[in-house]
Amino acid sequence: MADLTRFTAAEQRRLLDAGEVSSVELTQAHLDRITAIDAKVGAFLHVSSDRALQQAAAADERRAAGKPLGPLDGVPVAVKDVLCDEGELVTCASRMLEHFRAPYDSTVVAKLKAAGAVLVGRTNMDEFAMGGSTENSAFKKTHNPWDLTRSPGGSSGGSAAAVAACEAPLAIGTDTGGSIRQPAALCGIVGMKPTYGRVSRYGLVAFASSLDQVGPFARTVEDTALLYDAIAGHCDRDSTSANMEAKPTAPTIDEPLKGLRVGVVPEHYADGLDAEVKAAVDASVDRYKELGAEIVEVHLPNAKHGVATYYVIAPSEASSNLARYDGVHYGHRTDETAMHAELAAERKAATDAGDKAALKKIDSALVRLYRKSRSEGFGPEVQRRIMLGVYALSEGYADAYYLKGLQVRRLIRQDYDRAFEKVDVILGPTTPAPAFKLGELVDDPLSMYLLDLYTVAANLAGLPAISLPCGMSKSGLPIGMQLMAPPLEEERLLRAARMHEAAFGMAPLAKI
Amino acid sequence: MAISRSDVERVAHLARLDLDDAQLEALTPQIAGIVAYVDSLAAVDTAGVEPMAHAVELYNVLRADEVRAGLSHEAALANAPRKDAVGFKVPAVLEG
Repeated sequence: MADLTRFTAAEQRRLLDAGEVSSVELTQAHLDRITAIDAKVGAFLHVSSDRALQQAAAADERRAAGKPLGPLDGVPVAVKDVLCDEGELVTCASRMLEHFRAPYDSTVVAKLKAAGAVLVGRTNMDEFAMGGSTENSAFKKTHNPWDLTRSPGGSSGGSAAAVAACEAPLAIGTDTGGSIRQPAALCGIVGMKPTYGRVSRYGLVAFASSLDQVGPFARTVEDTALLYDAIAGHCDRDSTSANMEAKPTAPTIDEPLKGLRVGVVPEHYADGLDAEVKAAVDASVDRYKELGAEIVEVHLPNAKHGVATYYVIAPSEASSNLARYDGVHYGHRTDETAMHAELAAERKAATDAGDKAALKKIDSALVRLYRKSRSEGFGPEVQRRIMLGVYALSEGYADAYYLKGLQVRRLIRQDYDRAFEKVDVILGPTTPAPAFKLGELVDDPLSMYLLDLYTVAANLAGLPAISLPCGMSKSGLPIGMQLMAPPLEEERLLRAARMHEAAFGMAPLAKI
Repeated sequence: MAISRSDVERVAHLARLDLDDAQLEALTPQIAGIVAYVDSLAAVDTAGVEPMAHAVELYNVLRADEVRAGLSHEAALANAPRKDAVGFKVPAVLEG
């Protein structure tokens, strides 16, 4: 049989059901592929070979015994290292959580297990999901399978690279400002951020709680729907979970939408949009026209404030969420012997000098424990975001920054509400340009933040959005387009995406 | 709002982060640049706009007040860097 890793998840499922392959064979093929190429790609932080083969054997037994099967029964899935999986390491690519083992399953992992998925490993990411290049991981860099000198994007770069390199047909990512869609675009695959609240955040290590959403990566829209269906739905352990039924989207995926109205946004074509990306997105607009869709111009006048709004709200929530890492309950703790010696030396120096003011300023041991543990455990980008958040929330500035950000957030949402009165979906670029070189932007945080220009608004407004391949640059890099839909309209979003995919053809596979 | 090195030091203190001279040197212009960018929001007319803290308007989310199994004492302490049989250990809070 041909290389099993080249089949889509839906095809793998059909092969399993037809008895043409066992889950153990399928899983072994992916584990072998990881062994063969992941030293170059760096998609995985941990590979759970033994457990994956056990899960695969259990899936084969269920099939053989004619027991009821889950929708992903026997199919390998990779999971971003930010979701709790009982007993497994959950590091968030941070020294802070280097040795943390999850005490329980996140709802998403529990749903994947219930769906019969084989969990092959934990994927690399920007530390605590903060970044757009996966270079902020404390452990390793992930390389773009299309060009190993380039970034796979981030923060879910490991998950995107794993799927693009056929190390797993499916992967889970999280998206706070574009962290699924941007790496999907840069790696030439499909990635969807569901409506805020559609997928449970229980057991997800929080970054910015009002923006974070878990979602699927796959090589096709059909596979994206399969994985989304497995993880979506109400969860009573997450008080922000949307309390309504998530209807399966996979059954209707191939039904084209009649009378589809596609919105295009002049504001998307501002300065900084790469000419090849623009041309590819324009071609997608024409493709929808040929498919019978009506193209309607809509305006999002506040879109230009999205990145600024995001970089007030997300760091503010992050600084609050990351206050829990203090070296006490879990995570990295500084060397206390050295810390006490340091404090004693500082106190002695101040006492000997008779400097009472200096003596008073020295930390208590507990505060010093917090400070040293946090400074040693968090990497530079995480510290930068905590600092921004603390500043935006500090006395005298909270109204000018945090409150203002929340008001502009509503204006952005209102723009979308008005636009969706006229159109069913909105189409535009996912990223301003194809994949950038590793190291190119790492010392320039603001330029890195501007890569989120087209993706942050969906998080601020809570909308579902998907990125799918729409072309290749002359230098052989994938280009992605983004579709957005009104809240809870994932079915519409996926059907509209599938229409494009059916006309455009499946994206090629990276040659690695 | 211009950000100075002493602002960054104050924020580091509030954030419980230790920054050495080299970090302060690097971080001050970066934070200043980002804050200057974010200051563009000041020009947006938001008079009378209700702040939006969440993408989904949530009211009270209630569930039945029933006892449910939670983490065991042992599991809750399992990842603690220092602990004893009853709880988390920290340096003395009251010092002589």
